[in-house]
Amino acid sequence: MLSICCPWCGWRDELEFSYGGQAHVAYPANPAELDDASWSEYIFFRDNTLGWFRERWVHTAGCRMWFNAIRHTVTNEFAAFYRPGDPVPEMPVEVVR
Amino acid sequence: MRLSSGGDIFRDRPLTISFDGRDLGGFEGDTLASILVANGVRVCARSIYAGRPRGLMSSGSEEANVFVQVVSGAGEPMVRATEIEAYDGLVTESLASKGRLLDLPDTSRYDKRFIHVETLVVGGGRSGVAAAAEAARAGGRVLLVHDRATIARGEGVESVVGMGGLTILTRTTATGLHEHGYVVAVERRTDHLAVPPETWSRQRLWNIRANEIVLATGAHERPIAFAGNDVPGVMLAASAVDYVTRFGVRPGRRAVVFGCHDGVVDAARALAEAGVEIARVVDARPWAADEVKQGTEEGSLDVRAGVVIGTASLPDGTLSGAVIQARDGSVETVACDLLAVSGGWNPALQLLTHTGGRTRWADEAAAFVPSQRPQHVRVVGKASGEFAAALRPEPLFCVDGPGSDPADIFLDLQRDATLADLRRAVAAGMRSVEHVKRFTTISTAADQGRSSSVLTVGVLCQELGVPMTEGVTTTYRPPYTPLTFALLAGRDRGYLADPERVSPIQDWHVAHGAAFEDVGQWKRPWYFPAYDGESLHDAVARECAATRSSVGMMDASTLGKIEMYGPDVGEFLDRIYTNLMSTLAVGKVRYGVMAAVDGMVLDDGTVARLSDNRWILTTTTGNAAKVLDWLEEWLQTEWPDLDVRCTSVTEHWATVAVVGPRSREVVAAIAPGLDVSNEAFGFMEWRDAMVGDCAARVMRISFSGELAFEVNVDGWRGQALWEVIYEAGQPYGITPYGTETMHVLRAEKGYPIMGQDTDGTVIPQDLGMSWVVSKKKPDFVGKRSYSRADAAREGRKQLVGLIPSDGSSPLMEGAQLVETGVDLTRVPVPMVGHVTSAYDSVSLGSPFALALLADGANRHGEELQAVDELVGTRVRVTSPVPYDPEGARRDGN
Ligand SMILES: [Zn+2]
Repeated sequence: MLSICCPWCGWRDELEFSYGGQAHVAYPANPAELDDASWSEYIFFRDNTLGWFRERWVHTAGCRMWFNAIRHTVTNEFAAFYRPGDPVPEMPVEVVR
Repeated sequence: MRLSSGGDIFRDRPLTISFDGRDLGGFEGDTLASILVANGVRVCARSIYAGRPRGLMSSGSEEANVFVQVVSGAGEPMVRATEIEAYDGLVTESLASKGRLLDLPDTSRYDKRFIHVETLVVGGGRSGVAAAAEAARAGGRVLLVHDRATIARGEGVESVVGMGGLTILTRTTATGLHEHGYVVAVERRTDHLAVPPETWSRQRLWNIRANEIVLATGAHERPIAFAGNDVPGVMLAASAVDYVTRFGVRPGRRAVVFGCHDGVVDAARALAEAGVEIARVVDARPWAADEVKQGTEEGSLDVRAGVVIGTASLPDGTLSGAVIQARDGSVETVACDLLAVSGGWNPALQLLTHTGGRTRWADEAAAFVPSQRPQHVRVVGKASGEFAAALRPEPLFCVDGPGSDPADIFLDLQRDATLADLRRAVAAGMRSVEHVKRFTTISTAADQGRSSSVLTVGVLCQELGVPMTEGVTTTYRPPYTPLTFALLAGRDRGYLADPERVSPIQDWHVAHGAAFEDVGQWKRPWYFPAYDGESLHDAVARECAATRSSVGMMDASTLGKIEMYGPDVGEFLDRIYTNLMSTLAVGKVRYGVMAAVDGMVLDDGTVARLSDNRWILTTTTGNAAKVLDWLEEWLQTEWPDLDVRCTSVTEHWATVAVVGPRSREVVAAIAPGLDVSNEAFGFMEWRDAMVGDCAARVMRISFSGELAFEVNVDGWRGQALWEVIYEAGQPYGITPYGTETMHVLRAEKGYPIMGQDTDGTVIPQDLGMSWVVSKKKPDFVGKRSYSRADAAREGRKQLVGLIPSDGSSPLMEGAQLVETGVDLTRVPVPMVGHVTSAYDSVSLGSPFALALLADGANRHGEELQAVDELVGTRVRVTSPVPYDPEGARRDGN
């Protein structure tokens, strides 16, 4: 069970949260202008990163707020937690073990 | 055999246990295993596949042979005999490496604890206790868990009992080490007690979060494989000594001790001091010399270079001798009833590898030692591979002596897997230990290879001719020891497994004999039998007829309700619903559909505008939480600029639907202040009014096609409202109905239930609801997907009605639709759709169904077969609105 820091509430156990997939996939400004391929890209395609990954979480059983995190998909280490609208933190440098 | 003195047992507290129907005597402090040794029970189990006799091969958690079912007390399907603390009245039965479940429900109580500490120490041996003491002195909260009854104490060990900040949990096994310092441990609280206190839970699941984790998990002795190494009487050397020192029992009269490090001589001395005659010490190391070592008071030890290449046994299968090959190649059999073996030590690093830790073979320790560990994990003591020089072996894993049958050389005792099996795997081309594991089943038993895994890696490297440093162990996964499901469930069982939600009118429903069905977590009245034993079918026919001809009433309180507030609610709802909402006037109600970004239908419901800035929307009963999540996600992550607040108010309101052509009279009678005429109070409008003495919000919405009023009051007033309506409806024979009648009424009107008549492939247009998809709005969630080719393609499944051609055959939900004339016995049968809802209808005078059918909108009037259990029923395709298609009943008479 991961330990997650809600930017509003602080550290809590994973069981209070729900996962929201890749972060910073914005709803297109004008979907009507997109061709089918670009629209499908928005709906169906997400990165499957090995390493540091920006992703979304929501504190479902807490304050119910959405936020972003940078997590390493292999070690589950978190490098940052930040609110929507906050400056986006830099990706950590990949440590080769 | 019990020695006259020694051991940590209480000789003044004798007890009797039962093993396979035999009563055996022991003392408090004994394990089941030590009692078996004390009573000379040598054959304790049969092996899983070959049925070979097996005896105790250890005294601890590495035991691979003797598992028993505990029958007394709370019972347990499969436990090591070495890990069962004996109590008076313990009843056990032997197993063949395979557990047996009791058929009785587990009535013990289990609970859970959460604890946060600065330091967690796993293992209460010397190094664990030292680490705990050090951490406690440094301040902060420290937790020490130890899987046995007592932690290390005595000479050279600091007493940590009572130290500030330190919590000690004994009989507690850490079973999983996870990310971020999370450790799961099980505390066995009552299994060692003859009469557990009634108020105690049997086991506790500890959820531990620690900043630092110290693994002081020790090491397990490594066996050496040779022909006949599974014979009862072959035992790990340190375990043989352990029986003497911890329990004051002698595991044999005459022993051969075999190993590849100096420690075996110490083991031989300890056994000799307990009165075991040491027939021979066999030292496998290449430089070992034949010598006689001074050792014991009684005499000296005969130590010779060589290896054990086999065993001799008595007719009952137990050990009678060790076949020893000397350095010069000569072979002799030395009589013995105990063959104590040690191939060195395996640090117990299972927990380390649970979360990304790695091990490597270290020649200097002759063991797999930690090579990579998570930042917050430290390994100390024997677990780290720090052995006394004497315990470092010249590695020896397997002796394949002259004349040995590889099928007699056991690598995994619990799986009956042998050198012959491993060679078959290698011959089949396998090189990786993970492949060999799956091919041979080695280390897949309950202990995940605690005694067999490293041995197998060693033998595999030997077979492949590669150095041990190229070997890796198989991956260990949690749990380290099996956990019962009842423990994982804790208190969340039976009634407490899931919350049970009931409407505020539940008491009335129960008092009036309603039959209930589960809708998500809700208990909803299913139907109201008019007399004892009225069937579902009869009750629903009666309820439907009464509602269509006069008036019925239904508890709709479980509908999800979300109140929304803010100047931008209209704009937000325009983006979320497929149809236009912002133009809704105060006092009006509108039906709406939500779609996902892929255009598929998510949910539907009504939206009412209460004031300029206040709105309330309803969701289907099962979707309320999901819809609230959906709204909040869009508001927070995409449109934070919109000023909108959402609050779930499902439980705040009780809702009673008054339905049928006479509903107007009923509502008029109890709401004299409300003009219920169609002119003053039109369809899809809401009014505030006093209904009886309840302040109510009345809505003219209908889920049946009939004139209907949905009356909403404060949840606390729900039952009062229900009773007022019920009373006022008596002159019209008002009939309470449940979910089944509601379904029949709505299906007759072709109102789909999202999630029942739809799945994740259905767009509103497929439901014949193009009218709900706005052409005017520039965008809404899902809109762009409707211009994908897929949304316009031919052959989409569309909602239709079905009527059996003979007017009477019942239709089944889930039945597949197949063209007429298709041979149902020739697979694959081409299917063109399926039935999503099916009911018998009094109004239609026939069974009917809703279905999703390829190109359904163009197939009205055609015939198909609805196939259930390979029987086809002829059906005619109709519009999805089989009843009152022109909507004439909506405003009543
Ligand atoms: Zn929070």
